[in-house]
Amino acid sequence: MKITEDTIRHVAKLARLAVSDEDVAKLAPQLSDIMDYNEQLQSVALDDVPPTSHPFELYNALREDEPRPSLPREKALANAPDTDGEQVRVPAVLEG
Amino acid sequence: MPIHTVKEIVESLKRRETTPVDWTSASLKEISQHDSKVQAFLHVDEEGAMNRAKSLSENGNASLFGVPYALKDNLCTEGIRTTAASRILENYIPPYSATVVKKLEAAGGVLVGKTNMDEFAMGSSTENSAFQKTKNPYDLNCVPGGSSGGSAAAVAAGMVPFALGSDTGGSIRQPAAFCGVVGLKPTYGRVSRFGLIAFASSLDQIGPFTRTVEDAAYVMQAISGHDPLDSTSAPVDVDDFISGLSADVKGLKIGVVTDIDSEGLHPDVRAAVDKAVETLRSAGAEVVEVQLPHSQYAVATYYLIAPAEASSNLARYDGVRYGKRAVGETLLEMYERTRSEGFGMEVKRRIMIGTYALSSGYYDAFYLRAQKMRTLIRQDYEAAFEQCDVIVTPTAPTPAFRFGEKVDNPLQMYLNDMYTIPANLAGLPGISVPCGVSADGLPIGLQMVGRAFDERTLLRAAYAYEQLRGFAMPAPKVEG
Repeated sequence: MKITEDTIRHVAKLARLAVSDEDVAKLAPQLSDIMDYNEQLQSVALDDVPPTSHPFELYNALREDEPRPSLPREKALANAPDTDGEQVRVPAVLEG
Repeated sequence: MPIHTVKEIVESLKRRETTPVDWTSASLKEISQHDSKVQAFLHVDEEGAMNRAKSLSENGNASLFGVPYALKDNLCTEGIRTTAASRILENYIPPYSATVVKKLEAAGGVLVGKTNMDEFAMGSSTENSAFQKTKNPYDLNCVPGGSSGGSAAAVAAGMVPFALGSDTGGSIRQPAAFCGVVGLKPTYGRVSRFGLIAFASSLDQIGPFTRTVEDAAYVMQAISGHDPLDSTSAPVDVDDFISGLSADVKGLKIGVVTDIDSEGLHPDVRAAVDKAVETLRSAGAEVVEVQLPHSQYAVATYYLIAPAEASSNLARYDGVRYGKRAVGETLLEMYERTRSEGFGMEVKRRIMIGTYALSSGYYDAFYLRAQKMRTLIRQDYEAAFEQCDVIVTPTAPTPAFRFGEKVDNPLQMYLNDMYTIPANLAGLPGISVPCGVSADGLPIGLQMVGRAFDERTLLRAAYAYEQLRGFAMPAPKVEG
């Protein structure tokens, strides 16, 4: 399965990754090889097989809806790259 | 004083022949002597460890009282830097500790440091660490395996009696095999993943590296159990793993896989594993032939499911709440630059594969098909376990390889996990036990896979083999 350089650029955008031309040239053949290998799943009849998303059957794990302490603000903000002391700060989301 | 086994340390402390400070000092001394060569540790908390050991001088009843240990650096430790060996978390100091860390604290353990790994646990050689290359203590020109290479090497070199790692496709068992130690991946849900930096959430499990199977049982006893903070941890009672250990294999049914893919299987590995099966047979175990017809598709299945889950899990590293942030004019530019500068090549590659496999038009063809194949792989094991109690294979197709040998060929690197991946897809427990040494003097691992939540039988079988195998692993000669 041939993955083109354009596809790599598109996927990188979806994944929010800035990729250099050099990276693109390296990733295209590598991802093509990996997806070629993964193509072998196409040769198996799987239409009637149910999918597994977890190794064991899991149902919603619920607890009582009781208020309890959560991470205090100072601790939650301690690792943030930029804050105003109360909230994290980011570059402008909207222009104007 | 060289580092002993967990059991020897626990018993010596119980008899009050030694103190926790003695063992912590011994561990720190081994680290200072060997780690400049091995480079297993990303961080050694000398002061914290000594303070902790001193505070333990009374009250010696906890199960791992006074035992020093190390943690893979993807396990969160409150107040101690936790990086997952990634630039993007280079300065991350977790505000909480993983459940396993709290359990080891409650059991009386003494954390001495955090170990190197492949970035975000993605890799089979620990070469993908953003910070350093960990060496195999048996041959410093060879990789320790991965992704938990630092934990495996730290135990193999005698720097700690045990360490924890995580295993998503073999990341405990394969480095254990490469470094000549015991490595156990528990049943999915047996050990809480709370506080483990997520890679692929439906596959990840935390487990121990030790020098003996009995030690693995000790550590498993301390870290297992349901945790309300991990909704995927199983509300299943924890057995007594230690009392189940016995060298008697009569009545034990060992499954040997007849349709296993042995292309690329190293002759020394094949010979050592065959010999191990003979050892078990001649001691009275019943050897039966089983088939796992879909395991040939396991690597392809895994390299769709794991990257898909990773691409979603790693979306959180966006430079906003924690971790590295790069400068960008707009929010989008900030995201893209942060992730581009913060992640290494293998992590980017897997995010890209996962994003591609989940993207519009490809979801059914790749991700959904992989999930369906996962069902067939699980069903193969269910059928096989109607005939046997544990399934025996090599842990890895080859002994440890040299640095750089596979870095430019990701697919070759992925195929190194062909024997370990199926147990992750099926959620089953697996253990690697040393079963010999190659002509080059490198350790070889025997893998045993057991039924879900039957670590008791798995540990019993592994312990019996270890008692019967008739040799002790030669200690590595780390000079320096």
